[in-house]
Amino acid sequence: MNWIENVVRPKIRGLWPKREVPENLWVKCPETGEMVFHQDLEANQFVFPGSGYHQRMDAPTRLRHLMDDGAWETIPTPSVVADPLRFRDERRYTDRLKTAKAKTGREDAVVVAAGAIEAVPVVVAVQDFDFMGGSLGMAAGEAIVTGARTAVERHLPYILFAASGGARMQEGILSLMQMPRTTVAVEEVKEAGLPYVVVLTNPTTGGVTASYAMLGDVQIAEPGALIGFAGPRVIEQTIREKLPEGFQRSEYLMEHGMVDMVVHRHELRATLARLCRLLMKQPEPVRAAELEPAEPAPEQPARAEGDSETASAAA
Amino acid sequence: MRTFLDFEKPVADLEGQIQDLKRLEDGEDGVSVAEEVSALERKAHEALKAIYSKLTPWQKTQVARHPDRPHARHYIERLFTEFTPLAGDRKFAEDNAILAGLARFRGEAVAVLAQEKGSDTQGRIKHNFGMARPEGYRKAVRIMELADRFGLPVVSLVDTAGAYPGIGAEERGQAEAIARSTEMCLKIGVPNVAVVIGEGGSGGAIAIATANRVFMLEHAIYSVISPEGAASILWKDSSRAQDAATAMKITATDLLGLKVIDGVIAEPVGGAHRAPAEAINRAGDRIETALRDLVGQPPDALRRARRDKFLAIGRTLG
Repeated sequence: MNWIENVVRPKIRGLWPKREVPENLWVKCPETGEMVFHQDLEANQFVFPGSGYHQRMDAPTRLRHLMDDGAWETIPTPSVVADPLRFRDERRYTDRLKTAKAKTGREDAVVVAAGAIEAVPVVVAVQDFDFMGGSLGMAAGEAIVTGARTAVERHLPYILFAASGGARMQEGILSLMQMPRTTVAVEEVKEAGLPYVVVLTNPTTGGVTASYAMLGDVQIAEPGALIGFAGPRVIEQTIREKLPEGFQRSEYLMEHGMVDMVVHRHELRATLARLCRLLMKQPEPVRAAELEPAEPAPEQPARAEGDSETASAAA
Repeated sequence: MRTFLDFEKPVADLEGQIQDLKRLEDGEDGVSVAEEVSALERKAHEALKAIYSKLTPWQKTQVARHPDRPHARHYIERLFTEFTPLAGDRKFAEDNAILAGLARFRGEAVAVLAQEKGSDTQGRIKHNFGMARPEGYRKAVRIMELADRFGLPVVSLVDTAGAYPGIGAEERGQAEAIARSTEMCLKIGVPNVAVVIGEGGSGGAIAIATANRVFMLEHAIYSVISPEGAASILWKDSSRAQDAATAMKITATDLLGLKVIDGVIAEPVGGAHRAPAEAINRAGDRIETALRDLVGQPPDALRRARRDKFLAIGRTLG
């Protein structure tokens, strides 16, 4: 069914030079102006070594750095009615969609993947800011629902990377309806007794924060990410005051009790894997040196069970 | 003094003439203008009917925000007895942008969530123009939990330009508060019914409007962003709000067509502000019919039906 998508399209795309290679091989840090060689930046997971500035990642890059061996299974997401309102501002919405698809090579703003992080199997949904500002429309909503259902079917934790300017205005009220729809999806994961972990990345604002992105069992934020309901410009215009230093940044949110932790990208894999193992009551990981190639040592699960009993007895 | 909207000018002129004639009659007795007055009144009524039968989305936006339009407070006074307001989120503050409490609706005990904009300067300040802060949504969560525990249906009256965008609101988790309120709407095992009586402004509305049945008044609007906001973002020109209002499909008829709402409540000729009692009663009748249908259904069935209903939105559009 997806032959055209999976085979023909990449081939056609291959006829032109790859767009992802930056014209300028040096990338400038937006904070310090430091120049870093693109390859070095990629090797450092797009974190500028000097300032620690976390650059935005598109969905495939995110998954490549997140999943074991950089490999994952793409979960197909349902197609939706294109342009239900026949919307047109200065450009047709259908044209904007076309441009976004051509630019990113993806169908919409959310990619759903299954794979493993430090050998813990998980389902991951990644919102891609490159696709129309990661805006939440029907396709993205369906993708988030599909991710949740996949997690429930496979009995796996659901990890969601948020990055979005908010609602897809060109889909009007149908975009707004993705707030309750994605909330239903999150509820299904929670009711199945599975962890739902949200990683807020730069930027996450608007209706996205006011629904699935703030409903995680655990809320993680990448350093320095802009996270908020109303954008800083709107707030400034409303109250006509200067905003406080660091306002709506990850660290500010943590100080105000809105996220559990601010995690450096280099620590993200370990943190996510640990959280999932603990919430799923999986055994402590065996260190690589002790790891036997075949089956896990039999006493491992038993010990873990004993531990959890002790824990619940103490609680 | 009646406030006329710009497109109501023909009606305003006619009503002006009627006033003049009546004054004339008061002055010199014997001159009978009754016939002329009633003819003009008929004419004004016809003009009003004609204008209101084909309001543009932007005109509807103006009607939805009309200063004389009945507000949540008026609905509560007319439709509910024994209204007992409950205040506070138990975490930080009371928020008067959302009125909440227990009441009796046509004899039956219910919980009410109602966004109130306020009608005069003092009232508008008190109710923050109907723009709730996180405390308003956390209070809504608390009241829904209470309703769920005691098996009371929840009636939401939606009328807000949106949740308040301010420093304090952000610091105290506006987004999280809205998300939790929507979540609670989906979680409760009691029936909930929402009526958009004026403006259904984005997340600030959906937080209490995720319900088993959602209705809109004929000239209400319900939108992901205000027409002005959309114009300034998409057209980079806030004066294009009229175009944005049309493009975004924000009217009750549009939303019924998109199967986002369950019904439209017809307004009296000339809009709810011309005959508030009638408009409010019609809304009450619709709420009653909906509740009669929902009350008595098992909690799980109500919950599942509500979720399925929202999941289905958009899937059946051709």
